[in-house]
Amino acid sequence: MHLFPYAKHLAVAVSLVVMAGCSSTGGTQDGSMAGSEGAGSTNGGASSQGMNSGQVGSNSMGMRDGQQDGIPQVRTIYFDYDRDTIRSEFEPVMAAHAQYLRSHPNANVILQGHTDERGTREYNLALGERRANAVQRFLMVQGVSPSQLEVVSYGEERPAVRGSSEDSYAQNRRVVFDY
Amino acid sequence: MKRYMSLWCGMLLLLMTSLAHADLTIEITKGSDRATPIAVVTFAEQGAQLPTDIASVIANDLERSGQFKPLSRDNLIATPSASSEVNYRDWRAVDADYLVVGKVGTDGSIQYELMDVYGQERMLGKVINLAGPDQSRSAAHRISDEIFEAITGIRGAFSTQIAYVTSQGVGENIQYGLQVADADGYNSQQILSSDEPILSPAWSPDGQKLAYVSFETGRPAIYIQNLATSQRVRVSSFEGINGAPAWSPDGRKLAMSLSKDGQPEIYVMDIGSGNFQRLTRSDAIDTEPTWAPDGQSLVFTSDRSGGPQLYRYELGSGEAKRLTFTGNYNSRGRFSPDGETLFMIHRGSQGFQVAKQDLETGRLVTLTNSRADESPSVAPNGTMVIFATQQGGKGVLSAVSADGNASFRLPAAQGDVREPAWSPFLN
Repeated sequence: MHLFPYAKHLAVAVSLVVMAGCSSTGGTQDGSMAGSEGAGSTNGGASSQGMNSGQVGSNSMGMRDGQQDGIPQVRTIYFDYDRDTIRSEFEPVMAAHAQYLRSHPNANVILQGHTDERGTREYNLALGERRANAVQRFLMVQGVSPSQLEVVSYGEERPAVRGSSEDSYAQNRRVVFDY
Repeated sequence: MKRYMSLWCGMLLLLMTSLAHADLTIEITKGSDRATPIAVVTFAEQGAQLPTDIASVIANDLERSGQFKPLSRDNLIATPSASSEVNYRDWRAVDADYLVVGKVGTDGSIQYELMDVYGQERMLGKVINLAGPDQSRSAAHRISDEIFEAITGIRGAFSTQIAYVTSQGVGENIQYGLQVADADGYNSQQILSSDEPILSPAWSPDGQKLAYVSFETGRPAIYIQNLATSQRVRVSSFEGINGAPAWSPDGRKLAMSLSKDGQPEIYVMDIGSGNFQRLTRSDAIDTEPTWAPDGQSLVFTSDRSGGPQLYRYELGSGEAKRLTFTGNYNSRGRFSPDGETLFMIHRGSQGFQVAKQDLETGRLVTLTNSRADESPSVAPNGTMVIFATQQGGKGVLSAVSADGNASFRLPAAQGDVREPAWSPFLN
C-alpha cells in the first residue's frame, strides 16, 4: 500500500480534505439522476448522464446526505487533461464514498483509472493509475481502510464513449468506483 | 515463484481459429519519387494451377516497400516466362530497370528469374519446390525477399508476420482480440479473444512466442504464449501495473514496467529462473522499455522531467541518461536494427506522430503527418515502421518507410485495429 511517497501529494490530499469538509455540508439531492441504471453498471449510463447535465454542475451530482445503506449512486468522477487533481465539484462524491466505505468495513471497491486516447497506451496506463491513486489517497485520508481499496488502471483501453472530440476526451478521463 | 509462473493450460478465453475472417487489406497512401521501376510478368502456368497469382503478390510486396514501382500489367509489352525469351530492348522502351519472369512447372514448382534490363544480364534464377499449393503465397513472399536483396543489398522482410490487437464495441461491451497475420495482412489468425483489454504484444527474438498484457482476470498481467502450441504462461501478476513487456535480444529476459512499488518502474525478469531485477528508481512514471540491439542498454519512457521523454539505461553502469529534447512529448521508443536510430511517438505540430531521432546527432525528424499515431514497430530489416493511427474515426494500421518517403495503410473491414508488432525474420 502507498504510504504517501511524496510530500507534494500529501499536501494536496490534506488540502482536499479541508476543502471537502467545507463543501460536503451542502450536498444536495437530485432526483433526475439515472439512478436505476446506475445501480447495476459501474459506468456507462449514470456517468454519461452526469457529464451531459453539465461538467461543472456539481450540485446536480445526485448526492444523498445521510444515505447510509446504499452505495452512492454517482460512481464516476472526471479529470482535466493530464491532471490527477480531484476537481472540487467531485469532492461531495468522494466524501459520500468515503462515508459509505467507513460505515461498511466489509465493502470493497476497485478504483478504475481511465485516460483519453491521446498519447501512447502504456504511458496512458500509468497516467490512469496515477488518477486512481489520487482517489485512493483521498479516501484513505478520510479514514477508509486501505484493505477496502484496490486500484486497477485501464489507461485508454476502455473508453466510455468513442470519438476524438474534446467532449469525448472529457468523458473518458475518469475514475470509476467499481463495487 | 509458483504464484507468478502458473501454467495456463485452461483455454477458457483462448479461441483458436484458422479462419481468416479479419484479414487486412493494403492501400498505398504515398509512393516514393525515387522508387525503382520493375516489371513483374505474370507467371506462366504449365499444367499445374496455383491458388495464388505469384507475380501479383511479388509486385505488391515490392511496391509496399516504397523502394520499387512495379509497372502496371497493361504496360507489359511482352509475356516472356524465361530469360531466353527476353528482348531487353522492349523493356528499356517502357523504362523498366529490372524484369522478373517465371513459370509454374507441371509438378507445381515455381521457377523464376530476375534480370537487370540495362546491364542485360540475369541476376537470379531459381526453382522453388512447394510442399503443397497452400505454400504458394509464402513462396511468392520468399521470391520477393530474394529479389529485394539482390537489387538493394538489404535482406527482404516480406516473409515476416505482424501481431496486432483488434477491438469492437464500446463501454462494457468491447471484445478484444489478439491476431497474427502475414506482413501483407493476409492469413490472419486470432490467437486470443477476451472481453477484457489486451495490449502490448511483443515477439520473442526467435519468432515462436508472443508476450502480451491481458486483463482477463480483471487485472493486468503479462503472459507468454507459444504460437505453435498455444500453450501459455502467466509470468507477472503483481499488484498494480504489469505492462510493456520487451524481450532481450537473446530471448532470455523480459523487461517490463511494474507499479508494485507505488509508481511504474522498469524491471527485468530472467525468464528461466523467474527472478526480477529492478532497474529504475524514480518518483515518476517509468515505462515502455525496449532493448538496444546489442543488449547492453534499454530505452524507456519517463516523465521524471515533467512530461514523457525517452531515457537510456546502461546495464553496465546503471545510469539513465535523457535522449530526447525536441518537444514536450516523446514516448515509446523502438531501435532500428543497427541501433543508430530511435523511432518514437512525438507530439509535433499536428499531434502525435511517428518520428525518428539519430542517436549520434540527436536530430529528430517526423515521418508522418497524422495526428493520433501510436505503437511504432520496426521491420526486422529496418526499412519500414508499422504503427497504429486513426482513419475516419477508426483505428487502423499504417506503415511508413524509414526515410518517410513512402507509406501504406492496412485497414480492417470492421472494428478497430491497433498495437502492431512486426515479427523478427522467421526463416
